[in-house]
Amino acid sequence: MTMQKKKLGLKDKYRYLTRDMAWEPSYQKKADIFPHEDFEGIKITDWDKWEDPFRLTMDAYWKYQAEKEKKLYAIFDAFAQNNGHQNISDARYVNALKLFLTGVSPLEYGAFQGYSRAGRQFSGAGARVACQMQAIDELRHVQTQIHAMSHYNKHFNGLHDFAHMHDRVWFLSVPKSFFDDARSAGPFEFLTAISFSFEYVLTNLLFVPFMSGAAYNGDMATVTFGFSAQSDEARHMTLGLEVIKFMLEQHEDNVPIIQRWIDKWFWRGYRLLSLVGMMMDYMLPNKVMSWAEAWEVYYEQNGGALFKDLERYGIRPPKYQEQANIGKQHITHQIWATFYQYSHATNFHTWIPSEDEQQWLAEKYPDTFDKYYRPRFDHWQEQHANGQRFYNSILPQLCQVCQVPALFTEPDDPTQLSHRQIVHEGERYHFCSDGCCDIFQNEPEKYIQAWLPVHQIYQGNCGGGDVQTVVEKYYHLKNGQDNLEYVGSPEYLRWLAWKKLATPQAPAGTGDRRDAA
Amino acid sequence: MSVEIKTNTAETLRHTYGNLQRRFGDKPASRYQEASYDIEATTNFHYRPLWDPQRQLNDPTRTAIRMTDWHAVTDPRQYFYGAYVQSRARMQETTEHAYGFCEKRGLMNRLPEALQHKILRCLVPLRHAEMGANMNNSSIAGDCIAGTMTQLHIYQAMDRLGIGQYLSRIGLLLGEGGGAALDQAKAYWMDDPIWQGLRRYVEDSLVIKDWFELTLAQNLLLDGLTYPLMYQHLDRQLGEEGAGNLSMLTEFMRDWYAESTRWVDAMLKVVLAESDENRAQVQAWVDVWEPRAYEALLQLAEVATGRDALDEVRTALAARLHKSGLRSPGVAL
Repeated sequence: MTMQKKKLGLKDKYRYLTRDMAWEPSYQKKADIFPHEDFEGIKITDWDKWEDPFRLTMDAYWKYQAEKEKKLYAIFDAFAQNNGHQNISDARYVNALKLFLTGVSPLEYGAFQGYSRAGRQFSGAGARVACQMQAIDELRHVQTQIHAMSHYNKHFNGLHDFAHMHDRVWFLSVPKSFFDDARSAGPFEFLTAISFSFEYVLTNLLFVPFMSGAAYNGDMATVTFGFSAQSDEARHMTLGLEVIKFMLEQHEDNVPIIQRWIDKWFWRGYRLLSLVGMMMDYMLPNKVMSWAEAWEVYYEQNGGALFKDLERYGIRPPKYQEQANIGKQHITHQIWATFYQYSHATNFHTWIPSEDEQQWLAEKYPDTFDKYYRPRFDHWQEQHANGQRFYNSILPQLCQVCQVPALFTEPDDPTQLSHRQIVHEGERYHFCSDGCCDIFQNEPEKYIQAWLPVHQIYQGNCGGGDVQTVVEKYYHLKNGQDNLEYVGSPEYLRWLAWKKLATPQAPAGTGDRRDAA
Repeated sequence: MSVEIKTNTAETLRHTYGNLQRRFGDKPASRYQEASYDIEATTNFHYRPLWDPQRQLNDPTRTAIRMTDWHAVTDPRQYFYGAYVQSRARMQETTEHAYGFCEKRGLMNRLPEALQHKILRCLVPLRHAEMGANMNNSSIAGDCIAGTMTQLHIYQAMDRLGIGQYLSRIGLLLGEGGGAALDQAKAYWMDDPIWQGLRRYVEDSLVIKDWFELTLAQNLLLDGLTYPLMYQHLDRQLGEEGAGNLSMLTEFMRDWYAESTRWVDAMLKVVLAESDENRAQVQAWVDVWEPRAYEALLQLAEVATGRDALDEVRTALAARLHKSGLRSPGVAL
């Protein structure tokens, strides 16, 4: 007979298995061990009040994650063995993957680095452990994404140098600067930016649309990754909510700081998501839902409920959310039109949506598509038919903060480009919106450092003076293969050959050469 | 006769990603290679970190060690995330069985009180040192450069958390259960003279700024003495005194240590081979931290294993250093 032992409750047991391993140091000063905890002005009076957002010990983590990995890699292997890439809806779909692998996967690695650091910076051990688990999860995500797309890379162009491109290609400075911004901030802002704004508020508008897109377009490798990562994402979301509530409950002085961060990271996230919205509305051959619908469900409804819940802490909804609500009818059309003009400098192809697709867009955007955006596509279509596929040889003005070209329109007038500028210490800076201008004004010393691709090209810092040299030498893109119009591209022709479809008469002047410039 | 399933073959455009083609040629790459090389941003950072404005976000100067390419350090175990968790899942399965067996049979709390006390006083407080190791490795993962290096350290960080949790569970099996034994063990860690050397070393390591110095101080020198001392010598002695079952509960740590020394030594070898400057810098750090690690464990060893055991593991560490071409400041070979 063993004696009856006292049993600990789950919460206490988890405490003994995590934060109780920490101690109050006496040989070194706490401030020297945790030097980054105070400089942002966030006041933490009692780390014991931290509620563990999930209770996962390492043994259980290894076990569950190993089971998930085993299943995931079995699917990857089967996908490759059976040439699963030939079962996708249409080769145009792969362009969404190119955007994902170059634009999103490197962010996962950045998240891994950021959470590794945060997993050391906090003096609260509960928060550290939660951050570390997210760190290793994020490493999982970048690695499994690379593996999921490895097979596509063997059969399609534009995926071949994703990390190299992430550091250099002009539009990829939009996601890169977003994450650099978060990682260069202190640990509390990093968590507000990534755990709360990115993972909790916006994940259904970023991660999920790509995975749903994969499901709708026959991409078994990517969608299986998505399902496998779902429980990781759920953990990340609970951390996001816990960290915000914890900071708000710790001290009332934290409220205005957090409000400013929420305003900033909402707007930063919204601008980043314009790329995702474009993917949903224009790049998926089989559409899941429109950007406007997704915004209504996942931001206006779910986000609305969240901010209502946070009201009791003195938090209001993010500044300029009304502008984002108006913008949902416009931004994807505006940004696709921009990529259409500049696809000589992108690692993916662009095209004019088919008549059916334009009909879908007209139904989803009854107040804006036919009125403002269809005529432009009609015009370009006509030009293309006449052998004049339009490429814009003049590089665009980028916003100093979000780094998207200044292509968006005024919230109250879709016929006027939105442009703000201010002079800071004798230099003039340009912005796409009030939201980005505000962000700059709160931290000008940060944003004046931005590495703006267009400026850098014109200054000769990108391997050459003309765009084609930059594209080939600096971006590692093969002109006429990885970039330009989809119709007539090598990828398009290859797909037709796989599918044993006849080659339609492609308009002259497409594919292998560029007319403009 | 063989069975041949006909498949629809599609000719490939390339065998792997461009970065691996440049390194190894256009041939099929391993999953480890795809997951580890060149995935980290190296240039065109937008903003300098508020917490380190002198440097870039990913900056090779957070250590005094200089490498042309940190990807030269690779993992002899070839762990990418999937391989890592699957290996640990296998280890934990065996371990879980051992803990379940000990708990069901009451094998720990039926030990003579004096033995339970010795385990509680001399082994369980090590869980706090594991928390320190966890923090240090998480910090290194955030500071160091290149996917091959960063992942080594995040796996190490999570391993240390797991080991701290296994040690905590030993505490939960002792005495009457509940958290009382762990509270007692923590009091030893805080105030018992035998632990103060180690606690000081761990706290000192938590303020090391150079991440390579930190990986040496933690993963090579401190672990290089502590693991053999506690999991070989103390384990053997406790076995002789009648606590042989404890070995089932620390087998994970022995297996883990045997495995982790492989990558630590491999890393050291590559870094030392790079330049004489690196060699001199590493030796300078060894000269500082090896004697301190020895000192840190001295009082613990006096009570737990006897001083001879510590001297023996110090000699073994000196041999390991010697094999890498380094000198142990404490032991002439």
